[in-house]
Amino acid sequence: MTANAAAENGHSMRVMIVGAGIAGMQAALDIANSGYQVVLVDRLPSIGGHMHQLSETFPTLDCAQCILTPRTVDVGRHEKIKLHVYSEVEEIRGEMGDFRVRIRRKPAYVKWDICTGCGECTEKCPQSIPVEFDRHLELAKVMRSGKVRLEGTGKAIYTLSPQAVPKKPVIDVDYCTYFQRGKCRLCEKVCPVGAIDYEQQAAWFEERVGVIILATGFELYPLEKLGEYGGGQVPDVVDALAMERLLSASGPTAGIMRRPSDGREPKEVVWIQCAGSRDPELAMPYCSKLCCMYSAKQALLYKHKVHEGQAYVFYIDIRSAGKRYEEFIQRTMEEDRVLYVRGKVSKVFRENGKVMVWGVDTLTGLPVEVAADLVVVSPAMVPSEGTQRMADMLGLNVDEFGWWTEAEGNLAPLETSQPGIFLAGAGIGPKDIPEAVWQGSGAAGKALSLLSCWGEPKSPDDLSP
Amino acid sequence: MKISYFPGCTLNTTGKGFDNAVRASAAAVGLDLVELPEWNCCGATYPLIIDNMLELAAPAHILVAARDEGSTVTTACTTCYNVLKRTNRFIREHEEERERINTFIEAEYSGEVEVKDILHLLRDDVGFDVVQEKVQRPLQDLKVASYYGCMVLRPPDEVAYDDPDHPQSLDDLMAALGATPVDFAHKNECCGAYLAVKDPAVTQEMVYTILKSAQAAGAEAVATNCPLCQFNLDKQQAEMRRSHAGYQPVPIFYFSQLMGLALGLDARDYGWERHYVDVLPLLRERGFWNGMTDDS
Repeated sequence: MTANAAAENGHSMRVMIVGAGIAGMQAALDIANSGYQVVLVDRLPSIGGHMHQLSETFPTLDCAQCILTPRTVDVGRHEKIKLHVYSEVEEIRGEMGDFRVRIRRKPAYVKWDICTGCGECTEKCPQSIPVEFDRHLELAKVMRSGKVRLEGTGKAIYTLSPQAVPKKPVIDVDYCTYFQRGKCRLCEKVCPVGAIDYEQQAAWFEERVGVIILATGFELYPLEKLGEYGGGQVPDVVDALAMERLLSASGPTAGIMRRPSDGREPKEVVWIQCAGSRDPELAMPYCSKLCCMYSAKQALLYKHKVHEGQAYVFYIDIRSAGKRYEEFIQRTMEEDRVLYVRGKVSKVFRENGKVMVWGVDTLTGLPVEVAADLVVVSPAMVPSEGTQRMADMLGLNVDEFGWWTEAEGNLAPLETSQPGIFLAGAGIGPKDIPEAVWQGSGAAGKALSLLSCWGEPKSPDDLSP
Repeated sequence: MKISYFPGCTLNTTGKGFDNAVRASAAAVGLDLVELPEWNCCGATYPLIIDNMLELAAPAHILVAARDEGSTVTTACTTCYNVLKRTNRFIREHEEERERINTFIEAEYSGEVEVKDILHLLRDDVGFDVVQEKVQRPLQDLKVASYYGCMVLRPPDEVAYDDPDHPQSLDDLMAALGATPVDFAHKNECCGAYLAVKDPAVTQEMVYTILKSAQAAGAEAVATNCPLCQFNLDKQQAEMRRSHAGYQPVPIFYFSQLMGLALGLDARDYGWERHYVDVLPLLRERGFWNGMTDDS
C-alpha cells in the first residue's frame, strides 16, 4: 500500500509514545529511523526518564549520563520525532489508525522558542529548593553565621540537568519568590533574550496518531510511608534514587560522598533491601527485581569512593538473574568487601548524630545493631503516577498493583487488549535498563508491523498528521 | 456524653489508681463513663490460633453486654482494648465463626458495637482543645516522654487510631495539659510484656533502652496508657542500678494521673503508693502537688 492508499483508508501513519524514558526513547528512535513520524510525550521538562538520574549502570559500571546523553540528543534532534515535554495526555478518542489525542502543556513561564538555554536565570535565582530530579534531597550548608542549614539542591527556575534535552528551564511556582510573594523577577532581569513570561498559560495541542505505545514507567514507593525506616523524617535516610544522585559525578555533591545532615563523609553505610517489596502487609508482595543489583552497585561505588568505609547490605535473598549479574554480586562481596547481612531491618532511628539500624542476622539468629552514618533504603517500585488515569482513558486494564496488564503474559507481552496500543518498559512491572530497551525495540517492531501494512513513510519534511 | 465503660481486671485491682483517675478525669471533661453492669475477663490475649473460637467467647460476651447498653464501649486498659477491638472485627468479618460463637454464648451478635480506646475518645470525641480549656493547674515545663507500647498500635489495620511508627496522641494530650512533650525514638518499642515473668533480665534491658532514650531526650517523667507497660517500666528500674551504674530512675505515670492533677481534681485515690519509683518528690518539687493529696 502506498502513502496515498493509507491516506485513502484514513490511517494516520504516526505513533504516539507516552513516556520518554529509556524504553520510550528506544521505541521512538527505532520507529523514527524507519522513516515514520513519532510524537513523544513526557510530563517532565526534559527527556531521559529515571536513567538520567543514575550514577553508573550495573554490571558494566558505565556512566549512565555518558551513555544516555547521545541517546537523548538523537531523540531531541531527530527530524521525525516531535517532542511534547512538560506535557500530559489529557484525552484520547478514536481507535487504531485514527486516535485523536489532546495534550496539555504545562506553563513553563519561559518562552522556549526564544530561550537559548544559557542558564543565566538558574544561576542567579536566589531561591534554593528541593527538586524531584534530586529526590527532594536537602543538603547541609554552612551559613555565614556558622549555623548549618539544610538546603534544596535546585533552584526555583531550573532545567533537570546540565545535559537536559531540551535544555530549557521552567519555573516552580510553589517555590518562586515572585509567584509566592509578588516580588523578585530577577530571572526576568538577567535573561539576555527576554524569554521569561510570568503570564504564560497552559497550552493544548491536538495530535492525530495511528498507533500508541505506553512507556509510562515506575516510581519508588515513598519513604514517608515507611515509618519503621524513619518515615522520611531522618535526613540521613535516603532512598535508592537519592543515593544515585549522591554518587553521581553530575549530582548535587559532584559525586563526592557526603551525607545530607552535616555534609560529612559517611563511614558506615547501610543498605536496606525489600523496603515495601515482598511485603504482603503493605500490599506489595512482588519482588522489585532491581534492588539487589543496584544496591550492590551502589555499595561498590561507595567503597571505591570511601576506601576505609564499611558498607552493609541487609537482604532477604539475593536475586541476581541476568548476564554477568551474579559475578557482579560476588565481586562486590569478595573484592570490595561489602558485608552482606541476611535479614530484615526492623527499625531505624536517630541517636547522637548517628542513624541507628536495628535488624536481625537470620544466619546467626542474633539481633544486629549498626550505628550508621547513612542509610539507603530500596523502596518497592510502583507504577508511575497517572498510569491508572491513562488506563481509564483508554479502557485498558492494570493489575491489582497498578501495573499494565499485558494481552497475554507469555506470547503477547507487549500487546494490550486494544488494537494499536502497545506497552513497553517498567510500567508493565519492575525492569532494568536492558530489559526496558528490549521492550522499547519490541514495541517499536509491533508498531512498525502495522505501519508498514498501512503504507510507506512520508517524506521527512512532511509533518502533517 | 454517656459511654459504656469496661474497666477490666487490672484496673479493678493493681491499676485501681489508673481507673480512679480515668473515671474522674473523663467526668471532668464531660465524658460520663458508665461501667457495664456485668462483665468478665476479656481473655487477656487475642488468640493467635484461628480455629479456637472458645477464646473469643469471653470477649464476645463483653461485647454483647456492651451492645445492650449503647453503641460504643470504651476501656482504658490497652490489652482489653486490643482484645475487644480485634474480637469485634473478627465477628464482623467471619460469618461462619460468628454463628459458632453466638451459639456458644447464646447470643445474637454481629459486631454492632464500636470499641474505642479511652485516649481515642478523649482525642476525637471530647477533643484535646476541650481538655485544655478545663486545665486548672497546667503541668508547666514538665518534660514528659509519652510511651505507647504496642497494644493500641499493632496490628495497625486492626487497632491503630494513631500512626503506629510515630504515634502522637499521648504527646498531644500532654501538651494540652500544659506539659512539654519529649519526642524519643522508642515510644512504640516493646516493654518486654510478659517476658518479665519468664526472663526479667531481658525485660530489664528492653526497659533500659526505652528509658535511657527518653531521658537522653530530656524527659523528667514518662506517661503511658498501658498498665503492663507502666508495671514493667516502673518495676524494672528498681533493679536497674545494679546492672547499669549511675542509672537515675524516672517516674512512670499513667496519663490519667497527670490529667487528674492538671484538671485540679482530688487525686488522693490515684494509687501513688503503688509506684515502685516514687513519683511524689517530682510532683512536690515542681509544684504540681495538689494539697488534697498531702496525706500520703
